[in-house]
Amino acid sequence: MPSVVIRDVSLNFGVVEVLKSLNLEVGKGEFLVLLGPSGCGKSTLLNCIAGLLDVSAGQIFINGRNVTWDEPKDRGIGMVFQSYALYPQMTVEGNLSFGLKNAGVPKDEIAKRVARAAEILQIEPLLKRKPSALSGGQRQRVAIGRALVRDVDVFLFDEPLSNLDAKLRSELRVEIKRLHQKLGNTMIYVTHDQIEAMTLADRIAVMRGGIIQQLDTPQAIYSRPKNRFVAGFIGSPSMNFIEGQLAQHDGTWVFEAADLRVPLATYPFQETNLSPRAATLGVRPEHVGLNTGEGWPFEVETSVEVVEPMGSDTLVWTKVAGHDFSVRMATERAPSAGQRATVGFDPLRASLFDAETGERL
Amino acid sequence: MTGQSRPNRLLRNLSAKIASIPMVLTALCVFVGGTIWTVVYSFTDSRLLPRLRFVGLDQYERLWRTPRWLISIENLAIFGTLSLIFSLAIGFLLAALLDQKIRFENTFRTIFLYPFALSFIVTGLVWQWLLNPDFGVQGLVRSWGWESFTFDPLYNQDIVIYGILIAALWQGTGLVMCIMLAGLRGIDEDIWKAARVDGIPMWKTYLFIVIPMMRPVFITALVLIASGIVRVYDLVVAQTGGGPGISSEVPAKYVYNMMFEAQNLGQGFAASTMMLLSVLIVLIPWAYLEFGGRKRHG
Amino acid sequence: MADVTAISPAELAGPSGRRPRRAISRRNVFIYGTLLLVSVYYLLPLYLMIVTSLKGLPEIRMGNVFAPPVEITFEPWVKAWAQACTGLNCDGLSRGFWNSVRITVPSVILSILIASINGYALANWRFRGANVFFTILIFGAFIPYQVMLYPIVIMLRELGLYGGLWGLVIVHTIFGMPILTLLFRNYFTSLPEELFKAARVDGAGFWAIYLKIMLPMSLPIFVVAIIIQVTGIWNDFLFGIVYTRPEYYPMTVQLNNIVNSVQGVKEYNVNMAATLLTGLVPLIVYFVSGKLFVRGIAAGAVKG
Repeated sequence: MPSVVIRDVSLNFGVVEVLKSLNLEVGKGEFLVLLGPSGCGKSTLLNCIAGLLDVSAGQIFINGRNVTWDEPKDRGIGMVFQSYALYPQMTVEGNLSFGLKNAGVPKDEIAKRVARAAEILQIEPLLKRKPSALSGGQRQRVAIGRALVRDVDVFLFDEPLSNLDAKLRSELRVEIKRLHQKLGNTMIYVTHDQIEAMTLADRIAVMRGGIIQQLDTPQAIYSRPKNRFVAGFIGSPSMNFIEGQLAQHDGTWVFEAADLRVPLATYPFQETNLSPRAATLGVRPEHVGLNTGEGWPFEVETSVEVVEPMGSDTLVWTKVAGHDFSVRMATERAPSAGQRATVGFDPLRASLFDAETGERL
Repeated sequence: MTGQSRPNRLLRNLSAKIASIPMVLTALCVFVGGTIWTVVYSFTDSRLLPRLRFVGLDQYERLWRTPRWLISIENLAIFGTLSLIFSLAIGFLLAALLDQKIRFENTFRTIFLYPFALSFIVTGLVWQWLLNPDFGVQGLVRSWGWESFTFDPLYNQDIVIYGILIAALWQGTGLVMCIMLAGLRGIDEDIWKAARVDGIPMWKTYLFIVIPMMRPVFITALVLIASGIVRVYDLVVAQTGGGPGISSEVPAKYVYNMMFEAQNLGQGFAASTMMLLSVLIVLIPWAYLEFGGRKRHG
Repeated sequence: MADVTAISPAELAGPSGRRPRRAISRRNVFIYGTLLLVSVYYLLPLYLMIVTSLKGLPEIRMGNVFAPPVEITFEPWVKAWAQACTGLNCDGLSRGFWNSVRITVPSVILSILIASINGYALANWRFRGANVFFTILIFGAFIPYQVMLYPIVIMLRELGLYGGLWGLVIVHTIFGMPILTLLFRNYFTSLPEELFKAARVDGAGFWAIYLKIMLPMSLPIFVVAIIIQVTGIWNDFLFGIVYTRPEYYPMTVQLNNIVNSVQGVKEYNVNMAATLLTGLVPLIVYFVSGKLFVRGIAAGAVKG
C-alpha cells in the first residue's frame, strides 16, 4: 500500500493556480524529493500534505486513510521547517515534549520517546539548553527530533538545510540519509538544491508552475530528462543547448544547426512517429570529449574561449554552431584559452527536444 | 610641529560638531542642567521667584503632608496600574484578533487608532460630554427604561479616576495594539505551523509560545505606557479639572498649580523631583535589562 | 501514477476538495463580534461629537443626545469658529487656530531640520562623545516635562522670548529632538554605508553629502517626521499654556478655556463643534497619511 497518495489536488489563491490537478504516489519507506525553482509550488504541495493549507480540489491519503479534511496533528505526519521553528523560550527537552504533553501522552512514554529521539540524533547533552544556545546544525537536529518523537510514518521536510552553510549542509545531508536508512519512514523532502535531491532521493519529482514535470529516479532524471526544462534545471554546470532542425538525410535522422550536421543513428528516440521539425539538442558538459582523439560519432573543431579550473576538474568554454558550449574535463588535460581544439560527443548520451513543446523526442 | 602633523583632534569633523551644537546644548543645558537646577531648587523655600535659600527637606515634608498631593499619588497609582494592565491586555487582544487574517483589517485598525491622533484635550472634552449624567450614556440607558441605572464617574469622587481611565484607554490602546500587531507579524510563520503540526491549541500557542517570544515588544509597550502615565495632565484638566473637589488630581497637575498658580515654586520643584524619581524607578531597571540583554547577545 | 488501486472506492467517495467551512462559525462570530463591539466604543465619541455639533441647543436639552439631528444646523460651527468667548474675548476659536498654525509650521520645520542633521551626524560622522549626548537625549525623552518646565521659563525670559510664539517654537524643537533624532539616526544607519563612503571618496563634505545624497534618499522618513510633529505639536497643551501669553494661546488651550469656562450657559453644541474643529487637523493628517502614520508610531516604539 502506498504511504501517501495525492489525487487530482489543485490549489488556487483567488485566480492564481498554485497547484494544477496533481497526482502523486509515494511508496512506503520511500524518500521522495520535490525539486524545483522557487515559486514552483513544491512547498505549497508539502503544506497541503501536512494540512497546513487547504486544497481547493482533490484528495490526500496517508496510509490509506483519507485525510483531506483532517487537522495536521491527526494526519500522522511530522514536519521539519527551514527556519527550524523551535519554541525559543523552551529547552530542547521542552520543544520535544510539548506536543506530546498536549496530546495527553503519559509522562513515562514521553520520557521514553524523547530519550530515543535524543539518542538517535545525538543531542542528549543539549536537552537542558535553550535553542538560542545551539548552533544551526544542532537546532535543525532538534527540529528533526520534534518530528521524530511524534512517532509517525511520514516525515515532511521543508527545505530543512537551506539556512545552513555549505559544509554543515553536506554533513546533515548524510545524516538525514542515515536517519532514513535507520528508520525506514516515508520521507517527503522539499528543496531547490539539486545536489540534495540527487543524493537523498529514491525518486525526484521535478516541479514547475504547479505541475510535476518529471517523476523518476535521480539517474533517469539526469540522463533522460523528459523535457527541456528538466534538462536545464538538473545538472551543474548546466547542459549545453543547441537550437536547430531535426531532418532526414540519406534515410537517417540528423540534427542540423548552422553548418553542423549531427548524425542521430545512436540516439535512443523515444517518439516513434518522427517528422522533421525545429529541435533543441542538449549535451551535458561531462559527456563531451575535447581533443580525445577517440573518434566520436560527432566531432567539430572550434576554439577555446575561456578556461575555468574548478579544482577536481576544469570547465572549458568553446563555441559550437554559435552557441556557448562547455566541456568538463580533467584539469591536467585542459587546453588554454585561444587554442584550437576538437570537441566530440556521442548522441547516445545526448537529449533531443521538440523546440516548440520542449518535450523529449 | 610640521604642517604634515596630525590635525588638531578637536578640529576633525568640525562641521559635524558644529551641526551637533543644538543637540549638545539641549542635552546638557535643558535635560541635564534643567533637571539638576530643579532638584537643587527643590531644597529651597522659593515662592514667587526662585531663590537659593536652602531649607533642607522642608518642601518634601510639606509635600507628603498635603492631602492634595497624597490624593494625586493615589490616583496615579490606581490609574497607572489599571491603565498598564488594560492597555496591554486590550492592545494585545485587539492585535491578536486583527492577526487572524480577517477581512476589513485596515478598517478596524483605522477605527482603533484614530483616537491616538487626537489631543488629550479633545479626548477629555468628548468623554466629559459622553459621561454627562443627564445627556450622556447614563441618560441614554435611563431613556431605554432602566431608570435606576447609574454611571456618572465624573460626578462621583470615588470613581472619578475610572472615568478618566476609560477616556485614556480610548485614546491610547490603539498605539499599544499597533505595537503588538507589529510584534505578532514579526513572529516566524513556521512557528505557527509547527504548533499546528504538534496539535497545540491556539490559545496555548499564544500563551506558551507567542507571548514569551514577544517579551521585548511587551517591554517596549510597557515603557511607553508608563512614561505616558506619569505625564497625565491635559486629560485631567480637560475632563474634570481635578474635580469633583480634588478627587481627580494628579501629580503633574499639582506641579503646574504650585508653580504657576499658587506661587509656591519650592513645592512645585519638590513635587516634580518626586515625579522624576518615580520615572527613574521604572527607567533604570529597564535600561539595565536592555543594556544587559545586549551584552549577552553581543 | 494513475494506479490508485490500493484505495478502496468507499474512500474515494470520502472528503474531497476544500474543507467545508461555515461562514458563521463560532470562531468568526467571536472575532467579528468582539471587533464590532470594540469599534462601537471607539466610534461612539466621534459620532456623538458630530451629532451634537449639528443640533440646536433646544433639541439637545430635550434629551436623546445620541439620536441623529432632527434639524441639521451649522450655526454651532460658525459660533465656535467666530464668536465663542474665552474670558472677555469673543472672537471664537479662529484666533487659536491661526496661533496654532503660526506655532506648528515653524516648529515642525525647525525641529525636523535640526533633528535630521543630528541624526545624520550621529549615523555617519560618529565623533568622540557624540553617543554620550545622544544617550542623554534619549533618557531626556523619559524625564517628566514638569522637571524642566521652570528652568526653561528662566532661559526663555533671559532670551526675551518668554510668552511669545518663538519661545514656544524653541520649546517644541527641544522636546521633539529626542524622538526625531532617534528616528533619523536609525534611518540613516539603515542606508548602505558604501553610499556615504563613495561620496567621501568623491570629495564631498559634511553638508554636501547631507544635501545631495541623504536628503533626496530620505523623503519617506521626512514625511513620517512631519506627521509625528504636526500631530504632536498641534495637540500640545502644557507647553502652550506655560510658555505663551493668552493672546498667543494655541487652539487646544483656547478650546479648553471655552468649554470649561464656568460663566454663562453651557452651549453643548458649540462646545462639541469647537472640539471637533480642534481635532480636525490631526484627524485629517491621520486619515490622509494612513500607513505612514502607523510607521511613525512604529518608529516611536523602536528601540535603538
